[in-house]
Amino acid sequence: MSDLRIIGKPRRRVDGRAKVTGQTRFADDLFLPRMLHCRLLRSPHPHAAIRAVQTARAEAAPGVKLVLTGAHFPIAYGILPVSQDEHPLQPDKVRHVGDPVAAVIADSEEQAAAALALIDVDYEPLTTISSPEEALAIDTPRIHDYAQCGNQHKRVALAFGDVDAALQDAAHVFEDVFFFQGNTHLPIEQHAALAAVDENGKLVLWSATQTPHYVHRAAARALDMPAHEIRVIACPNGGGFGGKTDPFNHEIVVAKAALLLGRPVKICLNREEVFYCHRGRHPVLMRFRTGVDADGYIVGMDLETLLDGGAYGSYGVASTFYTGALQTVTYDIPRYRFRGCRTFTNKPACGPKRGHGTPQPRFGQEVQLDKIAQALGKDPADLRLQQIVKAESLTANFLTIGTIGLRQCIEKVVAGSGWRERYGKLPEGRGLGLACSSYLTGAGLPIYWNKMPHSGVQLRLDRLGAVTAFCGATEVGQGSDDVLAACVAEVLGIAPADIHLVTGATDITPVDLGSYSSRVTLMMGNAAIEAAERARELLAKAVAAKLEIPATRISFADRRVFDVEDPESGVDFAEACVLAEVAFGTLGTVGSYTPPRSPARFKGGGVGPSPTYSYTAAVVEVEVDPETGWITVPKVWIGHDVGRALNPTLVRGQVEGSVYMGLGEALMEEQRFRRLPEKLSSAAVHKQPSMLEYKSPTTLEMPDVVTYLVEDPDPRGPFGAKEAGQGPLLPIMPAVANAVFDAVGVRIDETPITPEKIVAALAAKHKGEAPRVGPARFPEIDWPEPVNVAPPWEGGDGKEVPR
Amino acid sequence: MMRVPSFAYHAPRSLDEAAQLLREHGPAARVIAGGTDLVPNMKRRQQTPAVLISLRRVDELRRVERDADGTLSIGAGLTLTRVAALAELAAGQRALMLAASKVATPHIRNVGTLGGNLCLDTRCNYYNQNHEWRQAIGFCMKAPRGEAVEKVAEPSPVCWVATSSPRCWAVSSSDCAPALLALGAEVTLASADSKRRIPLAELYADDGMAYLTKRRDEIVAAIHLPPYPAGQRSTYHKVRRRGAFDFPVLGVGASLTLDDAGRVVKAALALGAVASRPLRVDTSELVGHELDDARIEAFARAAARPAKPLDNTDFHMSWRKKMCQITIATALRELGA
Repeated sequence: MSDLRIIGKPRRRVDGRAKVTGQTRFADDLFLPRMLHCRLLRSPHPHAAIRAVQTARAEAAPGVKLVLTGAHFPIAYGILPVSQDEHPLQPDKVRHVGDPVAAVIADSEEQAAAALALIDVDYEPLTTISSPEEALAIDTPRIHDYAQCGNQHKRVALAFGDVDAALQDAAHVFEDVFFFQGNTHLPIEQHAALAAVDENGKLVLWSATQTPHYVHRAAARALDMPAHEIRVIACPNGGGFGGKTDPFNHEIVVAKAALLLGRPVKICLNREEVFYCHRGRHPVLMRFRTGVDADGYIVGMDLETLLDGGAYGSYGVASTFYTGALQTVTYDIPRYRFRGCRTFTNKPACGPKRGHGTPQPRFGQEVQLDKIAQALGKDPADLRLQQIVKAESLTANFLTIGTIGLRQCIEKVVAGSGWRERYGKLPEGRGLGLACSSYLTGAGLPIYWNKMPHSGVQLRLDRLGAVTAFCGATEVGQGSDDVLAACVAEVLGIAPADIHLVTGATDITPVDLGSYSSRVTLMMGNAAIEAAERARELLAKAVAAKLEIPATRISFADRRVFDVEDPESGVDFAEACVLAEVAFGTLGTVGSYTPPRSPARFKGGGVGPSPTYSYTAAVVEVEVDPETGWITVPKVWIGHDVGRALNPTLVRGQVEGSVYMGLGEALMEEQRFRRLPEKLSSAAVHKQPSMLEYKSPTTLEMPDVVTYLVEDPDPRGPFGAKEAGQGPLLPIMPAVANAVFDAVGVRIDETPITPEKIVAALAAKHKGEAPRVGPARFPEIDWPEPVNVAPPWEGGDGKEVPR
Repeated sequence: MMRVPSFAYHAPRSLDEAAQLLREHGPAARVIAGGTDLVPNMKRRQQTPAVLISLRRVDELRRVERDADGTLSIGAGLTLTRVAALAELAAGQRALMLAASKVATPHIRNVGTLGGNLCLDTRCNYYNQNHEWRQAIGFCMKAPRGEAVEKVAEPSPVCWVATSSPRCWAVSSSDCAPALLALGAEVTLASADSKRRIPLAELYADDGMAYLTKRRDEIVAAIHLPPYPAGQRSTYHKVRRRGAFDFPVLGVGASLTLDDAGRVVKAALALGAVASRPLRVDTSELVGHELDDARIEAFARAAARPAKPLDNTDFHMSWRKKMCQITIATALRELGA
């Protein structure tokens, strides 16, 4: 791999030109002849039974072609097989303000919007459940009858070894309660979808989705149609971040409308509606009890999490497991217990946002480590360096560690930031904080149980030398098209821009499960390499025959296929294709990728396994005004173990984008709700569903970022690559919290870390009280008995140990 | 997406013509002078005027003139970008340049006007939401059913900021108003048959709904900055979450003139975003004294007292209150230095 020509070189992305010249066609850019427009009527109530829906007046309104209600959609759907709890339009009950109840399809968007006011819905308000605490306390009414218990959607408990004994014997036990606030993805592009019936009578659905395959499955189910009569085409996303990974009600609604009307029907959500789609970061309250020995080595960890899930299941069961899955992947934790509870509340559903369920406990873990270091008088960097997990090992919860570049990441950011000279020594009001993290490079298991490949790539090579790569993967801005082109081009010795790409269309492209869980580079990349190597073999054989040399002497580079021992002797790539087509007939190859089977064989062990994990370390510098609490971040140093950077330009973009998003979560972003005085109103509304008042940083708040790419190729990844899209987000929030402590000596044990909270903590400090702002307690939860699994070093085999 | 409701559009070429149109169309008409505030409000159906009278073609509203007595008159139609770069202000009236430069974003300043900023609708987290959101809370007294405030004469729902209050607590969020108050500005109001000139402070009423005292048929035509003592300095400080976009959660406009001995000859100070109108602060305690730290602190403490931030903007209200005192002191230190 030393002679790579494309991989590892900074390059302009293949879709860059179309993006910057405004030619990329997003879903809302699509217009079809005779196209109609759809608007949704949404619930003004947080929780109410629907007694009746009268649509006659709306149906008679100018321009209106169709009015749909829940009665048109008897079949529920949902992303997880265990949570089929959504309807395109609610038939009998609304569960949050913004839940759709009816749809109007009209000649114009204005007409559709005007007619919404003519639909009469008779609601019977139900008790509002607005927080996890209320969900624990109120068993009825139930938001969903299928919840495990009352309004507790799911409770999980896993134990790996005797944690109580480990904590008993520990030199020190640290107990901390943290709260990570919910926040949303905030992609610039609002969700949009367009459905039409094609000339052959098949339904075509174009959508701003990260997961066309799952949308395809959900549409077939919800519309009660054979899947082969539906084509789903994922348009390039103007940002996704996990917010477009569920099948959405508006997609199914326009599909149904197009089928009923025989005309194209389009919807583009407004920003408020995007806040109602949500599926963003779960607010998580968590309690860590961590035992360490006298030298600070972790001997056991007991973690409890309480998630505010919102009104629907979404990915929530997986999210719940993820709040406990990856604690063991960075530092050696010999014994570990995790218990998590997801509650239903009358708010838009939470789901997967960049880091899916793991940034919240990562915040707690990394802030607690900072406290441990402080208590034991150890340098926070050293405390981490001394207990990094081993490469090619198994964790207590049976996750398989691949290569690990965390040590180099820490060393890079420590050196770059001047940590050794500056940490703990900066003047009052300035501080440094360090944190680490790790993340999946692709979920090891699919959303629905099957043993098929997770990604497939098909190549077509024609007699003019043109190569087309087909893959169901979806370009959401992360650069998946570029990865596909680069992997194929590298193997075939042509340029990435030479390759035609066809992606994310369920009728043309082989299945790829979608752009989530940081899976595309590794899974699609490996599939692409396999397909390209098969094509290369054909071309090599054909050219070798012409040159009368063994095929092993054939090399591919610079759009030529030639004899390595006599590079002048060879043919150009197009001629090689001709020779191969003569020899073998029409040229086409396929490749696919299936993740290795996980050694975690216990119930609940399906969340967390990944072919390999990426690692990140970050140092954040802050300036805090002790009078106002105003906090600024002048500089961030971040080291990311990406295995190998396929295109360093894109990897840096992902890392810097993660820093940006992480700073937003750390400093200001909040998906907050407003409960009006209960005597006067049952309302529970999103507090600021707009891009003006939902505060997210601007370019002006973006600090200098120094990025170090640590490349320790992992043989499991394509050319050794791991993920870069999510992991680098994770250390930012705890690093900010730790830096604030270094700056002014107060602990903000919750996000976001705002001036108000710093002022409050400083006031407490001056009064001699605990210099801290954060949650006081973790509620009592009636946990089930954990699934017991012995860690590998206690003789465990990955299966549950019967009691 | 959210669409603007239909409206008739007029683009007169003179102030007289604009004033005539405004009178002719009565309460159904609104003046648009940039529209960066009005158009989003129309999309959210807080205001749904049937007629818009645009001032963009009225050249006389973009004049900048020095009167015989030294007063600087600035046309209300001047964009905020141009106000922020107005060389005539650089010496003693920099507060206005700073305020204009801190409004929203460059794009909005390129379109938004000085007059528009002075007439900015008051803001509130319960009000600056779209129609469906406001329906979910049962609306509020400032826009009971999402219709134009002035059209509604039915019993009003509550003010959700203070549910027992008989009045609306929406917040004056203009950046330029407190800066101009600190510079002693006056405004000319023009209607079809008259023009009058009033102190800027008198343009505002302490009511989140009826926050302007001008008649419905009057147009803010010009802003007048009186001559000032030699050596006057002025500034504007803005507190907001981010360095762009955000409306102020606090604006402090201040001007100060010291004599050779460092004693205050003249001072003026006004606060924005802490009430339904910009608040002028009594500065008589400062006049005749040196601006030492103790005096600044004592003054700032007293000056912040009338500010009553409520839970209807960004940031916690107690923090915003705290920031009043701190920011007033910071502004005075800057000017006294």
